[in-house]
Amino acid sequence: MSKLLAPATREPETKAVTSAPTWRNRFRLPEPVVAWLMLLPGLIVLLLFTHYPVIRAVYHSFTDAGGEVTLENYHLLADDDVFWQVVRNNLVFALGTVPPSIAIALLMAVWVNRKLRGRGFLRLAYFTPAILPMVAVASIWLFFYTPGYGPVTTIFEALGLPVRNWLGDPDTVMPALIVMTIWKEAGFFMIFYLAGLQNMSVELEEASILEGASRWYHFRRVTFPLLMPTTLFVLVVALTNSFKQVDHLFIMTDGGPNNASSLLLYYIYQVAFQFYDLPYAAVLTVALVVILVGMALAQFRLFEKRIHYR
Amino acid sequence: MKRHRASQAVWTGVETAGAWLLGVLWLAPLVYAFWAALHPEQYATDFSLTAPWTLENFGTVLDAAPFGRYFLNTILLVTGILVAQLVLGTLAAYAFARLRFRGRELVFALVLVQLMIVPEVLISENYTTMSKLGLVDTITAIGLPYVASAFCIFLLRQTFKSVPREFDEAAEIEGCSHLQTLLRVYVPLAMPTYVAFGLVSVSHHWNNFLWPLVVTNSVESRPLTVGLAIFNSTESGIEWTLLSAATVLIIAPLLVAFLIFQRQFVQSFMRAGIR
Repeated sequence: MSKLLAPATREPETKAVTSAPTWRNRFRLPEPVVAWLMLLPGLIVLLLFTHYPVIRAVYHSFTDAGGEVTLENYHLLADDDVFWQVVRNNLVFALGTVPPSIAIALLMAVWVNRKLRGRGFLRLAYFTPAILPMVAVASIWLFFYTPGYGPVTTIFEALGLPVRNWLGDPDTVMPALIVMTIWKEAGFFMIFYLAGLQNMSVELEEASILEGASRWYHFRRVTFPLLMPTTLFVLVVALTNSFKQVDHLFIMTDGGPNNASSLLLYYIYQVAFQFYDLPYAAVLTVALVVILVGMALAQFRLFEKRIHYR
Repeated sequence: MKRHRASQAVWTGVETAGAWLLGVLWLAPLVYAFWAALHPEQYATDFSLTAPWTLENFGTVLDAAPFGRYFLNTILLVTGILVAQLVLGTLAAYAFARLRFRGRELVFALVLVQLMIVPEVLISENYTTMSKLGLVDTITAIGLPYVASAFCIFLLRQTFKSVPREFDEAAEIEGCSHLQTLLRVYVPLAMPTYVAFGLVSVSHHWNNFLWPLVVTNSVESRPLTVGLAIFNSTESGIEWTLLSAATVLIIAPLLVAFLIFQRQFVQSFMRAGIR
């Protein structure tokens, strides 16, 4: 940096006067050409593995084996009970994981933002699950839920509560996976709340104390409303994650029992690589893309509004 | 006032206790995994202080499955992806941040599409493409869909835009080409962004599972996560100490890196989230 600037500032006029083109300047490519050359490598990869597959999936979803335009695939989709079940599962999974994760994340952030004993250690403890691979997390929790001698069973027995085959029972498999996901994700969301809290001015809390307001009142009426943008952001991230994260199903349930824990992306995997039905996988892919784009647009509008009233 | 202070002290105590309880709860699964990995099988659920410690589980796991090779594959994968992402991302970000050309906004919007539609979603279509390219079951195939990262381009573009224009002009007077300006002025100034993106990228691809599972089918190309899943499905329900050892094995490097670079990790993840 300094090497570049020093000569230029020392003898600017000589440079300006001797503008006789060097070979480099003479052969300087026009700016747009340079730009496209720089963009090309990245753009080719993006087009090949993001845009082209989406377009192809859309094309395949509207054509039959002979290449004729048809809506048949979408009729199949509408009549496919498993499709509707996995979409429903996805919504249940999102609703089950998102609000508790957010509540716990907020609690964690408020706690580790205060001068508590061992604050640094606690931050670490809360955040660590977020950096682990879902496959490893699922392996650990698979043991926790083992019928017979897994810790969850042991705890339930000790409390005198009914015991089940947590992952093998359609009624408990979703809650079991939801609890694990909350454990994995809350610490990740915590860091956004922590950032939000640290940006908040201390005077606000001091003013509340002077007014004699309780901490709970201060949290409810000042802190939480001010953290609303963070909450919206975390909400969107959590929602989209619930449609993209399916790794745990491979380890724990294979989508079972009876598709009770299957999610849309896992169903796409099954259709494409276990049933080898690529045309139908294309239709399902289009459905997932539509959902993701829809959520992104909703997010966009949400954030636009926020900027407005600021 | 005095009573207020006293109740405050009580509350602080309650909250500290709550925070620690939650902390213990949050660490328990990990602590358990380490316990099981470091003890003989009969002590897998027997948490007595006299339980003998052992490293044997790791030896058994390494003999039972080619985790060494999986390690190598994962390391090749994450470094390959990162280097390619940074090179492609730097070039593209500079073009978007500093060069004028027709359709710049449109092309940038096309890049941002990848933030919504991540490669994982397109497994079935991308598998077809990979088989047409003859790349199925290679490390290249695992990494290729990720090497052009919209997120990397986006982050670097933001950083490059904040570089004062005077630096460009100085470099231009020096006779620097665009590429030289980029390498000598922009890249050094964007170092913190490179580090942040690097941490996020490495941990993401170290942990990535679905696409590698789909596109690989041999020991020579499988990364650690897929190796663990296969080990899991073949040994399932037999010995938890071995499964835990395998799990600990694949998370250990990342965990150690995290403990050393805590602050950078947290900050990078935060930046990664807030796009």
